[in-house]
Amino acid sequence: MLKSIKIAAIATALSVAGFSANAATLDDVQARGELNCVVTTGLAGFAAPDDNGRWDGFDVEFCRAVAAAVLGDGEKVKFVPSTGKTRFTLLNSGEGDILFRNTTETMSRDADLKLTFLPVNYYDGQGFLIRANMGIGSASELNGASVCIQTGTTTELNLADYFRANGMSYEPVNIETNEEGIANYSGNRCDVYTTDASGLASTRAALDDPSAHVILPEIISKEPLGGAVRHGDDQWADIGKWVVNAIINAEELGITQANVGQMCASAGDNPSINRLCGTEGDAGSWIGLDNKWAVRAIETVGNYGEIFERHIGPNTPLALERGLNAQWKDGGILYAAPIR
Amino acid sequence: MNQFIYKPGEHPDLPPPSNTVGPIAWVRANLLSSPTNIVLSVLSIWFLYEIIPATLEWAFLDAAFTGESRDECRAKAGGACWAFIGERFNLFTYGFYPADERWRIDLTFFLLCLALIPVLWDRCPLRKFGLYFACAFPFIAGWLLLGGFGLTPVDTDEFGGFMLTLVIGVTGISFSLPIGILLALGRQSNLPIVRVFSVGFIEFFRGVPLITLLFVASTMLNYFLPKGTTFDLLLRVLIMVTLFASAYMAEVIRGGLQALPRGQYEAADAMGLKYWTSMRLIILPQALKISIPGIVNTFIGLYKDTTLVIIIGLLDPLGVGRASLADTKWTGLSNEMYLFVAIFFFISCFGMSRYSLYLEKKLATGHER
Repeated sequence: MLKSIKIAAIATALSVAGFSANAATLDDVQARGELNCVVTTGLAGFAAPDDNGRWDGFDVEFCRAVAAAVLGDGEKVKFVPSTGKTRFTLLNSGEGDILFRNTTETMSRDADLKLTFLPVNYYDGQGFLIRANMGIGSASELNGASVCIQTGTTTELNLADYFRANGMSYEPVNIETNEEGIANYSGNRCDVYTTDASGLASTRAALDDPSAHVILPEIISKEPLGGAVRHGDDQWADIGKWVVNAIINAEELGITQANVGQMCASAGDNPSINRLCGTEGDAGSWIGLDNKWAVRAIETVGNYGEIFERHIGPNTPLALERGLNAQWKDGGILYAAPIR
Repeated sequence: MNQFIYKPGEHPDLPPPSNTVGPIAWVRANLLSSPTNIVLSVLSIWFLYEIIPATLEWAFLDAAFTGESRDECRAKAGGACWAFIGERFNLFTYGFYPADERWRIDLTFFLLCLALIPVLWDRCPLRKFGLYFACAFPFIAGWLLLGGFGLTPVDTDEFGGFMLTLVIGVTGISFSLPIGILLALGRQSNLPIVRVFSVGFIEFFRGVPLITLLFVASTMLNYFLPKGTTFDLLLRVLIMVTLFASAYMAEVIRGGLQALPRGQYEAADAMGLKYWTSMRLIILPQALKISIPGIVNTFIGLYKDTTLVIIIGLLDPLGVGRASLADTKWTGLSNEMYLFVAIFFFISCFGMSRYSLYLEKKLATGHER
């Protein structure tokens, strides 16, 4: 554990020396004809291979959107599965071009690990899952509990902070992946499973008898999840940033996967839509792409609301509400910068 | 004439007394021979009674074999959901290999079996040609799996599942043995440079955990190689796994070399044999025979260590299984997945272990104690 942290630190330090001078990730990706996208080794709803081995999920769709914008084809993505501990090293060493791995944006990752975060694509927060028959109704009663916790994540640090701040103790049961967490929790090897609330919802749904488990009301942290790229290539960071913004703006403007072709066929009355469609102005050239970049992304994956509904929304097994992740007009905090 | 009257010396053997044969006698001799034995037998039978019916119930009687999702399984039966394995069998076997090209993996596997027969079985007909084929096999396999020269190229990042385990395992096993032998001989060499190199190599690779080596292979190498060099990830892993196993192999074989009586070396020298001839004809055949259990031990360890590649993002069967559990259709079926992968590894490792027993018996020349 310590060793891998050290390696990660060395790797990161080296990457600054090795890569900050070399930019032009866009050229590399276009020359390769394939986008290397760092994802998780599997998290329900966010990234997992389907029965035919095709990667699918909320985060995966963002990878495909970037590939569609940059390469013109959302299938030209090579997925690089990573664990919580290896994700940033893979990005910094150049194995991955971009990361969508439900990763919390923090200051240390941004500044110390030399990442540039893209706009938040999912607002999450850390919660606790516990067996109903333990009779515990609040996280403040968890003193002395054994807690299953993923190593190398912000949840690990939040947990320590929360218990310290409340003068309680806990016994950590270290796990590597969410799937391992489910197995350990359902095997009674820990009293409590803690991770982001989105993960808890899917975990609870996967248990044999979901009604025997409750998610405690406390949310103990802010987890703004977003994509990331490595420092040193601002143009590439801009591409990632504006693809995410375009997808969020598309929902606000009512552009969907189905109607994007029709709405963007020619310049209409709404200048915001025109600029997103590329029928007015030349936003594409500002990020080194052609003007149809956003149209291609939306044709491939749809707008934010569609992606959400497909993978994690109320009609999926995860059954997550939009909540904070609704558009600002609908009471959420999704507020994408305008394309102009 | 009475049939029970025999001439002296022609009396046929009588059957053993009835209380020493048959099931009852077996039970008495083996299960109930002493009070301790009785207690242990009762406990064991009770233990088996507790677990076997429940296991059978879960795995077969109350299991669902078809279905499109975990919910469909649950609706049909309360036990195992084997439909999960069935639906994902191709993913477990071929990884992300393009569906249209999977025949190439099947063919490679068939050729692998064909190449192994002459190597493993010395009375195989036409063994000489078989061995030539076995030497050519790695190149044929590489061509079939990677493509090019008329076949559609397939990137190694699309490798996964059992085929990935076999690629890493078979490559590691077939290359680590010769490299290990050379290192073991090098460690005993009279030439200081060779000896220092061998010792340094062995001690370095034995002193570093495989995970660290894999991590270095996957990420650190990129920092040291010139920008723009692409060096296939799987190839890096194969090299690291092979070097790691070679270091262990070298020490196992050194044990065999040291177990040989000094007289064998001296006899070889006295015959006027050159170094390599004496090694090939006298020393190594004996040393390797002694080392068989250790060698196979290393092979099995290496084979199981291939599951570590998940750390660097290659999806072996365990990785495929874990990723599959994250599909919302199938979450929570970890028992089925782990059992399935365990059976695969057990079959492979048990096979290797039985083969090593067969070899030991075949080569036994009266040295065993």
